Amino acid sequence: MQVTSQQFKRKAAEALANPKLRKALSNLRARMVIGRAQSVLELDNLEQIREAAKSARDFALAHLDHLLEQFERNACARGAQVHWAETGDDVNRLVLEIARRNAVRKIIKSKSMLGEETGLNHYLEAAGIEVRETDLGEYIIQEARETPSHIIAPAIHRTADEIADLFQQKHKLPRKTDIGEMTREARMVLRPHFLTADMGITGANFLVAESGTSMIVTNEGNGRMTTTLPRVHVAIAGIEKVLPTLEDVAFILRLLTRSATGQSISNYLTFTTGPKQAGDKDGPDEFHIILVDAGRTRVLASDLRAALRCIRCGACMNHCPVYQSVGGHAYGWVYPGPIGAVLTPAYVGLENALDLPNAATMCNQCGVVCPVKIPLPDLMRKLREQQVERGLRPWSERLALRFWAWVALRPAAYAWIARLLAAVGRWAGGSMRLMHKLPGGASWSRYRDMPAPPGKTFRELYRRRK
Amino acid sequence: MNARDRILARVRLALDRASETAQSESAATVRDRLRNRPRGPLPAMNWDLVPRFRERCFSLSSTVDEIARLDQVPHAVARYLAGNALPSACVCWPKLAPLEWTAAGLQVEARPATGDDATGISGVFCAIAETGTLMLLSGAENYATTSLLPDTHIAVVPATRIVRSMEDAWDLLRSERGALPRQVTFVSGPSRTGDIEMTLVLGIHGPYRVHVIVVGG
Repeated sequence: MQVTSQQFKRKAAEALANPKLRKALSNLRARMVIGRAQSVLELDNLEQIREAAKSARDFALAHLDHLLEQFERNACARGAQVHWAETGDDVNRLVLEIARRNAVRKIIKSKSMLGEETGLNHYLEAAGIEVRETDLGEYIIQEARETPSHIIAPAIHRTADEIADLFQQKHKLPRKTDIGEMTREARMVLRPHFLTADMGITGANFLVAESGTSMIVTNEGNGRMTTTLPRVHVAIAGIEKVLPTLEDVAFILRLLTRSATGQSISNYLTFTTGPKQAGDKDGPDEFHIILVDAGRTRVLASDLRAALRCIRCGACMNHCPVYQSVGGHAYGWVYPGPIGAVLTPAYVGLENALDLPNAATMCNQCGVVCPVKIPLPDLMRKLREQQVERGLRPWSERLALRFWAWVALRPAAYAWIARLLAAVGRWAGGSMRLMHKLPGGASWSRYRDMPAPPGKTFRELYRRRK
Repeated sequence: MNARDRILARVRLALDRASETAQSESAATVRDRLRNRPRGPLPAMNWDLVPRFRERCFSLSSTVDEIARLDQVPHAVARYLAGNALPSACVCWPKLAPLEWTAAGLQVEARPATGDDATGISGVFCAIAETGTLMLLSGAENYATTSLLPDTHIAVVPATRIVRSMEDAWDLLRSERGALPRQVTFVSGPSRTGDIEMTLVLGIHGPYRVHVIVVGG
């Protein structure tokens, strides 16, 4: 996907001024935030499971090479074809080759964020293949020619009215007003595509090393259809998705579904091992798995490695005050919210996403709810430090900090300037004792008033009391 | 050197495992983990299987009927279909074909479902009480379409096949089958989505109704 993270500030300001978006984002609270809080009450040992999930993910990363080799061996033993892609372009190229070799004209997709990273849909469509997203949310944004704004609920930024208009325009049917009716209409429109597609593409929530199995977590049923009905199935997965055993998947799922949508379990869990076997009634003739690097080995080698534990639940963004205010598009790439603030600079380059690690209050709501205990504020802080070390901060900020360092090292100058500012501040505060404008600090004082200083500095008052 | 070798080399470099001993230790650790398959921490599960399964099915908007014997299934299905004003024509898995369907007034064909079939009747490999979940395996006579394409899915679950947790379900699968079939599907209620304004709607691409008949509970 094209990177527009450089425009975060502008897009965030637009988002804040958009009442429809603010209303749409408020739906997050009811379902995702409260949902999660209620569903984790079912687990009497939540923190124990979180710690174990963190360990399991760390184990997988610490032995990633051997687990990937085991996964490949076991998948191939069951007739799957395993490919390795170093970059996003390689993924696109491999998928197209598989499609061409199999005379594929129509593809159905069950959502893949990795596919968003590589721009897979556009690439395949440019090559003349019809690509149909089948997750309701993904279908909506595909029709609207937009990008997803949330990793679980990609169309969350759209109101029902807007979607009704979109459906009327695209389906050429009478405009529906009820969300249930709109959903039924989408089911009716998409059903023929499931039955006529040549190839299905999915992501993978986890890759299970012990059995060579790829699994997906869904609610709608399109994942089941995509992995069973067409004659070719391609699963694309980041190499970090591997887990050792089915037991690991079982216990981590308890956290994944609760953290994502407040569900005790997701409607459909689909574990796929190899293509159609002799004697099987259903299944594709060919099953391809593409294991993807695309920057993951670089993150593995860095001090951001913990971010690779991510199981893509979306809890961090659901609970983030910044995401709740501006939504996902402002972040400018595939992953929004706190995990996006870390992965975007890691994958697309620090210099292309300078504002993201800074768009945080460090409240650590994300760290508290993360099922695998990724220390997101710490990772954002590391990215901020890297920005300074590499001289990527704006010159005005660097100058201001250098001036501050000069003053702070000179106690006499510090005391004199503080006395001056205190007096000026008291004068500027007037009778209301509030300062409405901060010269040089407009981005703060535009929305806030600062209480005026009482007129003397702390040191003066202290000296007087003595 | 191909892409695979380069990626694995980068992984090994990132993990700082240069020496032969470190490499073989890691390989041994992985082998042990895959052989021992330790379970993660389980939440407290102080409930009885069938009541828990029933209660969880309700919370997922599945419906549950409990009957004593397998030969009562056709009448239980007929009751359910009549109660919901649904047609009496269904498709089923071949292993359920020998039941007395016509005597119960139903026309049931043992074949895969198409988009035109209203109701699909399947068995299960087992069911999970913790979450009200059905575990279905792919196979020669376990048609995937039966529980996927029709609006209504009816599942026949012997009470003896209700296990406590997914961990127990995996153990059962390993002990009875050894290896995983092509596809293992866990079904927990009617299909659903919240993609429009986070409003929950039942019945998107998969079935709109899931009815579970527990036999011999």
